[in-house]
Amino acid sequence: MLNIKNLEATIDNKHILKGLNLNIKPGEVHAIMGPNGSGKSTLANVLSGKNGYEIKGDIKYNGESLSELSTEERAQKGIFLAFQYPLEIPGVNTNTFLRTSLNSVRKAQGDKELDTLTFLKLIKEKASELGIDEKFLSRQLNVGFSGGEKKKNEILQMKLLQPKLSILDETDSGLDIDALRIVADGVNSYKSKENAFLIITHYQRLLDYIKPDYVHVLSNGKIIKTGDADLGVQLEKTGYSNIV
Amino acid sequence: MKTEDLKNNKDYKYGFTTDVENVRSPKGLSEETIRFISNIKKEPNWMLEWRLKAFNRLKVLKEPDWQKPKYPKIDYQDLYYYSAPKSASEKPKSLDEIDPKILETYKKLGIPLVEQKRLNGIAVDAVFDSVSVATTFKDELTKKGIIFCSISEAIQKHPDLVKKYLGSVIPISDHYFATLNSAVFTDGSFVYIPPNTKCPMELSTYFRINASETGQFERTLIIADKGSYVSYLEGCTAPMRDENQLHAANVELVALDDAEIKYSTVQNWYPGDEKGVGGIYNFVTKRGACRGKNSKISWTQVETGSAITWKYPSCILQGDNSVGEFYSIAITNNFQKADTGTKMIHLGKNTKSKIISKGISAGNADNMYRGLVEIKNKAINSRNYTQCDSLLMGNKCGAHTIPYIKNNNATSTIEHEATTTKINEEQLYYCNQRGLDQEEAVSLIVNGFCKEVLQQLPMEFAVEAQKLVAISLEGSVG
Repeated sequence: MLNIKNLEATIDNKHILKGLNLNIKPGEVHAIMGPNGSGKSTLANVLSGKNGYEIKGDIKYNGESLSELSTEERAQKGIFLAFQYPLEIPGVNTNTFLRTSLNSVRKAQGDKELDTLTFLKLIKEKASELGIDEKFLSRQLNVGFSGGEKKKNEILQMKLLQPKLSILDETDSGLDIDALRIVADGVNSYKSKENAFLIITHYQRLLDYIKPDYVHVLSNGKIIKTGDADLGVQLEKTGYSNIV
Repeated sequence: MKTEDLKNNKDYKYGFTTDVENVRSPKGLSEETIRFISNIKKEPNWMLEWRLKAFNRLKVLKEPDWQKPKYPKIDYQDLYYYSAPKSASEKPKSLDEIDPKILETYKKLGIPLVEQKRLNGIAVDAVFDSVSVATTFKDELTKKGIIFCSISEAIQKHPDLVKKYLGSVIPISDHYFATLNSAVFTDGSFVYIPPNTKCPMELSTYFRINASETGQFERTLIIADKGSYVSYLEGCTAPMRDENQLHAANVELVALDDAEIKYSTVQNWYPGDEKGVGGIYNFVTKRGACRGKNSKISWTQVETGSAITWKYPSCILQGDNSVGEFYSIAITNNFQKADTGTKMIHLGKNTKSKIISKGISAGNADNMYRGLVEIKNKAINSRNYTQCDSLLMGNKCGAHTIPYIKNNNATSTIEHEATTTKINEEQLYYCNQRGLDQEEAVSLIVNGFCKEVLQQLPMEFAVEAQKLVAISLEGSVG
């Protein structure tokens, strides 16, 4: 699904990713761990097509070169990024945003756009799966939401848009244990043979709930070690300094 | 050839002209011109005298120049002050008699003159160039005693009302452009709502500039008698023109005891091209008098067009407990300039005013909020709340806020809040990541920014306005 070869990324003359290789197949869950400043969020931004990065190397997504695609085209083709810091958009109703988003994706994929009623039925269903109160959907997007509510909203959007590749950028940060469980359940219920996950995190604790197939250690812009779920557990005990 | 050029400019949806033979006044501003206008409209002598009084006053007035947007000097002797579609000189009796080309123009503008409006409960007094060519739904309104007609007709049929109220809010000697309008106004709307009557439909007028080199001088007068209510909608688009066109309308509102007037505007006159060539000068005087106790006047405006927009829809809060409101969205893109806001003059006791202003600036445009809140010494226990928000897109545009605040008594309160924000790259990225393209993302964010004002508009207008907000900013990001 995703093949990254010798990826380099530079922003504001800072060389951040320095030859990163990663292959993800459908149905797999990959975790990327690493110390602060190792390039984890940069990887998420580069994959989703954020402006401002100078890119070298090659990223293929389902055989297609990503560098040709805009941010929205990538999203429409099924790449989803759960933001570390979801943005507030004042005056925009959460429901309106979610419906506009879903219909943009559906339209691009050649599906019929949903009318308001059908959409409302769908979103209520998805929200209740995540234990999200309906009232929350008529509030302004992320405005005045707690950290936990913002992250739950990201997972709700993921389940709504049904992406093929979901990138979770430190979705566990700032979550209490209950919210963490809800977010993890949301991810687990969406896991399938067709779709894949790239989970970026500092800590093992999210991986206690979402079992990864692979754990990669990112350091200084490169993946320096890859293992199975046990690598995460080991890192939690020994820290990064022993590896880095 | 010119028509070809117009067709090729796809950016301005309403950029087309209609080929109708025109009846024109002599060129230039003179007593002769004023007599011509008054004569062709078969006005009574008192109206002609009124116009001439304004014209004499105009001779000593100076064109103001304190505004921020500057413009090349207007040669008032090089303009035509009256121009009417010829086919309207014999009054049509039904829509069938109206020049098909004019009907076609309305169609392109999306003005459903007949059945659609009836279904929507809207009566239309359509102003084509300077003369009203069609007025619908009169019968339904007549049953309630409501008068909704062109001001020319009102001068003929309801002289007492016109004499009593015309110029009572905007005096003849008010200021240069208002006085110019008083001298040469051609047509506009007249509304009278009798006591204790709620107007059963939204009254609506669409204005349209058509004949070349013709300044537009509409005059509108709305009177809500005791205990009555009316909602009035004004919307306008103008066809493509290379030379600048002056538009100096006067709108007067009078609300008596316990009456309410809601006046909504969507202004989409031709703004000029991407380089700032052409476009309308929209210098309008709009003023409402809350003359009776417990009366209310609410202005809502969505200003997206014109090369220069220069207007301050105002409320004079004379009656005790009267309320004035101003909700505004002003969007300037490319080289457009706006200097707009409101004046709230508190005279009566316990009077309240509220100002919500949203200015959006993109391209090389300049957007100014200028507003006056004045609470006089007898207006005890009065309140004002003002909120001015500016949104900038890109780094070549400007936003300015100049509030003038005068409070003359200690029992009254004035609050003023202002923010300036730049459209946020991260917000756009977030929307893009959710599958929205740049235009959709901008539209969503900007409509969110304007929401408090958009929701003041009548439903049908709100949808139109939302689209207009998005269209006005197309191509301004990325």
